[in-house]
Amino acid sequence: MKLSELKKDDKAVIIKIDTDDMMKSRLVSFGVAKGIELSVEAYSLANKTIEILVDDTLIGLRSDEADQIEVEKI
Amino acid sequence: MNAIKIVLAGQPNVGKSMLINAMSSSNSLKVGNFSGVTVEKTEICFEHHCHKLEMVDLPGTYSIRGYSQEEKVAHNYLLNEEYDVIINVLDSTHLQRNLLLTLELLKLNKKMILALNMADEAKKEGIEIDVAQIEAITGVPTVLVSASTGEGVDELLERVHDIADSHRRVSSNILYSNPIEEEILKLSKFFNERGFTLRDLSSREIAIRILFEDKDLYRELHEEPIMIELQPQIVASLEHIYTHHETKNINDVKANEYIAIAKGIRMETVKCSRQKNKKTPTKKIDDILINKYMGVPIFLFLMWGLFQLTFELGAIPMEWIDAGFGAFGEIVGSVIPHEATRSLIVDGIIAGVGSVMLFLPNIIILYIGIALLETTGYMSRVAFLLDGFFHKFGLHGKSFIPLVTGFGCTVPAYMSTRTLKSEKDRLITLFILGFMSCGAKLPVYVLFTGAFFGPEQAGNILFVIYIAGAMLGLVMAKALRVFVFKGEDEPFVMEMPKYRMPSLKLIWHTVYNKAKSYIKKAGTFILAASMLIWFASAYPKQPLLGEKYDIQIEQAGENKKLVSKLENQLKLEELEASYLGQLGKFSEPFFSPLGFDWKMAVALETGLAAKEVVVSTLGVLYAVGDDVDEESNSLIAQLKANVSFASAMAFIVFVMIYLPCLAASMVFAKEAGGYKYLFYLFVFTTVTAWVFAFITYRILIKIL
Repeated sequence: MKLSELKKDDKAVIIKIDTDDMMKSRLVSFGVAKGIELSVEAYSLANKTIEILVDDTLIGLRSDEADQIEVEKI
Repeated sequence: MNAIKIVLAGQPNVGKSMLINAMSSSNSLKVGNFSGVTVEKTEICFEHHCHKLEMVDLPGTYSIRGYSQEEKVAHNYLLNEEYDVIINVLDSTHLQRNLLLTLELLKLNKKMILALNMADEAKKEGIEIDVAQIEAITGVPTVLVSASTGEGVDELLERVHDIADSHRRVSSNILYSNPIEEEILKLSKFFNERGFTLRDLSSREIAIRILFEDKDLYRELHEEPIMIELQPQIVASLEHIYTHHETKNINDVKANEYIAIAKGIRMETVKCSRQKNKKTPTKKIDDILINKYMGVPIFLFLMWGLFQLTFELGAIPMEWIDAGFGAFGEIVGSVIPHEATRSLIVDGIIAGVGSVMLFLPNIIILYIGIALLETTGYMSRVAFLLDGFFHKFGLHGKSFIPLVTGFGCTVPAYMSTRTLKSEKDRLITLFILGFMSCGAKLPVYVLFTGAFFGPEQAGNILFVIYIAGAMLGLVMAKALRVFVFKGEDEPFVMEMPKYRMPSLKLIWHTVYNKAKSYIKKAGTFILAASMLIWFASAYPKQPLLGEKYDIQIEQAGENKKLVSKLENQLKLEELEASYLGQLGKFSEPFFSPLGFDWKMAVALETGLAAKEVVVSTLGVLYAVGDDVDEESNSLIAQLKANVSFASAMAFIVFVMIYLPCLAASMVFAKEAGGYKYLFYLFVFTTVTAWVFAFITYRILIKIL
């Protein structure tokens, strides 16, 4: 499923990141990559942005970007 | 002794600037808790052990691959400039993520030290770090420091000296995953057998670079005869690696490897006694502050509170300053016999500088508010909350940071647009930044709202002005996005830093520096401008006019009322004939549809130099030509008597929108990439300002 389909407080593992290299390298430098565990911490109004927790770091993402991250719920 | 040149590099929010402050015990740098505070590299010099240390503070970068403008600054500097030592600053509480950058920096083959900052915070969170082990793995000296308590700072300086003097570089013991290690071994064996060397790289380092497709290295190897034999080996090696990583993208492989290594180092060196699932304070605060429904109202309330405070609290010392300068002017005036000199000093300098100094309290409060937003980590949350909204207007959530900074001063705001990656996002943000009323416009607003609204209303009106400016900016952003800067927008990926208690010391220094530069501006730039304006308003002298009135005044004789009326008429006519009057009269046709008289026109024109000058110009002009009520000298009373409500509102609107000050305009030209953009900005803002002021004026005239 897509990262954007998770609910608040869900935990998941990243299976695939389907974006261009630029975006991917940015995500990697935040510690977001294949095989990494994350949890969904918050959604903003109308689910426009989503806050995830990866290795103790909180990261804000736009839902468009969250659409491109494939995850498996755990 | 030669100077040691040190470069500080690290991810955002790791406390680089604060560490420099602690190391040099100087406090000239601004520190904030969101990425992008240090946009340009900052240089600082000081002495330690008779060595001169030169520090360069690079902007925080998550990676040195050059994603955003400021990361490119860091990247270019690290690759191309001369320096002795890199201090890689890491956040001890987020070691794994921070190590990713360290791994990239290690590739640069420079002398390096790891400074694990925020050691005090880590201790509090129950994190224990095995420094010796990190040193052993990375091959780089490592020091635990805390910029806020000063712990470890001396040791860090000592180690800088040691490493700067040494010539030996310890190689790292970082191991990749098995398939990659196998290929590294194969390739480096091949190099050793052929006796191939390149620069100061070891054969292992060459092998790693080849496998990770280092473009520069390939360029160098291209010419080497060994390439012919090498090529099939590389292909085979990569094939092997690809099958193991289930991808054909070497960047993905590299990412996986780096993350695995960083994780490995953390697991080996960090012990955490904190329970995993316990709610952190940050989480608890986030539950409230970025709550889906409460988040935005809370933010608006905080902003509203800030503007209320700016006005209400600022009003108290304002009275003292006003009275102080008034009394000072009278005393000085009474001791200077020469009339022109007295006029220059009292009406020009003291009136001009005084009217600007008046607003120091407001500005201090506003800057405290903005500094609080920055240092606590709330700023990034607001970007998170508002990105959806901003995105609708063709802006980026991160644009919020320059936009809020713009409420303080437009100059740093222009510079902080560098956090935006997309050139179009950047240009749009640059173009609308002027609509965020800067601190220097505040005096104009305070003056006019004070004159035309009751004190209980003024705070609200001020809030409305700021919000209206921001709204207009958003609408303009959308217009620019649709008509001028079309195209893809930047993705929103942003770290939400941990909430930190604002350090009083830090806020004090930020605000102190701002206040100091404001006073300095009042003492230099505004002083000069006041003198110039005074001169332009007093010259050329009109002897004929004076003679004409002298006769009339003599004829009036005992009739005191007539005499004073004539005297005022003389002053007014003299003023109108002065250089300033001529300029005002010349541009009056342009401004008269907005209900501005020539004095207001002049104030706007001088305001192009700096917005504070608008007020000081009005101060000078209305002080000289006080033709209404001799009893009241205050500028507020003068405005009330001379300016209609509709014109005053139109004036506020015009000031809100038109071109920012000279300093900001120069920075704009630099950031946008040329003076042609400044010309566009001038046309864009002037036309917008004129149209909106016109609408305001016409509507108000109809209603009232």
